[in-house]
Amino acid sequence: MLVVNDLHATVDGKTILNGLSLTVNPGEVHAIMGPNGSGKSTLGHVLAGRPGYEATAGTVSYMGRDLFEQDTEERARNGLFLAFQYPVEIPGVSNMEFLKASVDAAREHRGEEALDAVTFMKMAREASKTVDLDPAFLKRGVNEGFSGGEKKRNELMQMLLLEPSLAIMDETDSGLDIDALQVVAAGVNSMRSENRSFVLVTHYQRLLNFIEPDFVHVLSGGRIVRSGDKSLALELEERGYAWIEDEVA
Amino acid sequence: MSQEQINQAIDKEYAAGFVSAIESDTLPPGLDEEVIRFISAKKNEPEWLLEWRLEAYRGWLEMAEPEWAHVHYPKIDFDAISYFSSPKSMEDGPQSLDEVDPELLRIYEKLGIPLHEQEMLAGVAVDAVFDSVSVATTFRSKLAEAGVIFCPISEAVHEHPELVKKYLGSVVPRKDNFYAALNSAVFSDGSFVYIPKGVRCPMELSTYFRINEANTGQFERTLIIADEDSHVSYLEGCTAPMRDDNQVHAAVVELVCLDRAEIKYSTVQNWYPGDAEGKGGIYNFVTKRGVAHNDAKISWTQVETGSAITWKYPSCVLRGDNSIGEFYSVALTNNLQQADTGTKMIHLGKNTRSTIISKGISAGRSSNAYRGLVRMSPRASGARNYTQCDSLLLGDKCAAHTFPYIETKNPSAVIEHEATTSKVSDDQMYLCQQRGLDPEKAVSMIVNGFCKEVFKELPMEFAVEAGKLLEVSLEGSVG
Repeated sequence: MLVVNDLHATVDGKTILNGLSLTVNPGEVHAIMGPNGSGKSTLGHVLAGRPGYEATAGTVSYMGRDLFEQDTEERARNGLFLAFQYPVEIPGVSNMEFLKASVDAAREHRGEEALDAVTFMKMAREASKTVDLDPAFLKRGVNEGFSGGEKKRNELMQMLLLEPSLAIMDETDSGLDIDALQVVAAGVNSMRSENRSFVLVTHYQRLLNFIEPDFVHVLSGGRIVRSGDKSLALELEERGYAWIEDEVA
Repeated sequence: MSQEQINQAIDKEYAAGFVSAIESDTLPPGLDEEVIRFISAKKNEPEWLLEWRLEAYRGWLEMAEPEWAHVHYPKIDFDAISYFSSPKSMEDGPQSLDEVDPELLRIYEKLGIPLHEQEMLAGVAVDAVFDSVSVATTFRSKLAEAGVIFCPISEAVHEHPELVKKYLGSVVPRKDNFYAALNSAVFSDGSFVYIPKGVRCPMELSTYFRINEANTGQFERTLIIADEDSHVSYLEGCTAPMRDDNQVHAAVVELVCLDRAEIKYSTVQNWYPGDAEGKGGIYNFVTKRGVAHNDAKISWTQVETGSAITWKYPSCVLRGDNSIGEFYSVALTNNLQQADTGTKMIHLGKNTRSTIISKGISAGRSSNAYRGLVRMSPRASGARNYTQCDSLLLGDKCAAHTFPYIETKNPSAVIEHEATTSKVSDDQMYLCQQRGLDPEKAVSMIVNGFCKEVFKELPMEFAVEAGKLLEVSLEGSVG
């Protein structure tokens, strides 16, 4: 699915990723943890193709193809989805319109016909129920006036509709109360399948109580310094990050 | 990277630009009383109208071109303009569409103007103006049943002289301003609408304008009269072919909205804006004004994407008590386009209300100015105005300006003004692209979202067209 090899990347000229390697196979859930400033979010944005986030060395192959040869929108259409930590507002563009355009773009890319409005409406309503968002939100401007939690659930709803192959979730759990966290976890768990992989970027072990990862990686100084199974997350919860950083040093 | 993409998305050749090969019967350039007599004679006008034109011309000679607008262009040589042209094959006037020059019909086709059976489906009567002569008017009989008069103003002069004589120049006086005076002297043709008392016009009335002869100034004159308790929705739309010389356009639109009547006037304007270097675009100096009597309502909605220079302030004189004026505007400028547009709401009557929603979009190296006047007269007690003025910038070489003028002489009047300026942000572009939208589609979607409040005021078929027009103006033919 995703093979990251010795990736170096800069943001506005500043080196953030520093030789990161990671392999994600189909169906796997990987959790990326680490202290503030370790490069967790940067990894997501470099993979998604955010302007200003530049890979300076290393390779990334996604579904067997060089990721960096694809434009941002091409990566998205090929099933790479990033759930944003801070989704922006697009005033006046209804959620429904935005979602349909996104889904249609992906379908067109796969050589499928655009969905008719009625079918899509049904799907969208269904998805909004799954993420516990009032269907009225579908008519509102994209993220316009949404609370933090509503924005996160809106991201999840987009993920449900777009059915990505690789979903990168950038601190989707931050700022969520326990009920919302469970909604998000249920959404993710319902989507787990042998063809779909997840990369969960998170600060806290809390999310992993609800979404059980196959692997946990600790990021420090722009590279993965330790990998393990879910017990690593528990250990981190108990002991913090300092001991790993000390060991590495 | 995303800035570059925005630039690519907005660099798009004018899609409606092409030159048609129809021959025209054109007067040599220049303006004097003889030219005005020629125009008037050509139209078999009565003596009073000739005198009316000459009086306007004499007034114009003494007026100076206004220079206060936030636009810059080389001085116009009014003697280099030809003041009359008509498609040759139209000399005798076609009796039906079958008699219309096929080349002309083909152009309309190309512009997507349905002149044949599609009119019925669209429910729209089209009074198509090609250069200065009306070539086809449809649905006249159906409108006649309702008592509605919808015809070229040149025809109304002969068939309804009492109405024309009474109202022509009653809203925009002959010497109102430099361009209105010029228009009054040389106006070619335009639409005339009369809705009788208590009648709700059974369909939306629509006119398409098109400039087609090089160096031919276009001087349209439109007069709409909504008698007491009547209602009409009027649509105006235009696109123009690619040209190398600047073309002057000075239209006048007058709306007379009598007691309890309602006029909704919607415009989609797409005059040729000039090439990327600003060469060859239309200079558009328009005077549009309506007078609303007691309990009457005038609503202007405009989507302005074309012209090299736009100078235009559709206004409402709220003369009657409880009358309502509305102005909803989207003005988009790209490349080197310059727009100075807005409205005037003149509150004369008691409890008059006005709403102004203006959305300006600047791209390329363009300049986009909103200029609006809200005036509360001493008698306008209880009057209210709400103004919202938003600017959206695409890129870092364009400009947006807001010039609000507020004059109030009545202490009970309430005026609210809100203004914002924003940019299409990199983060918005990134979100759209991360969801699989190409940059072109993303820009178009964001811009359309910005304009939503105005688009929802447009009649359905126009709203779709307007969205498309923005896409074309910003790039090309995005979905």
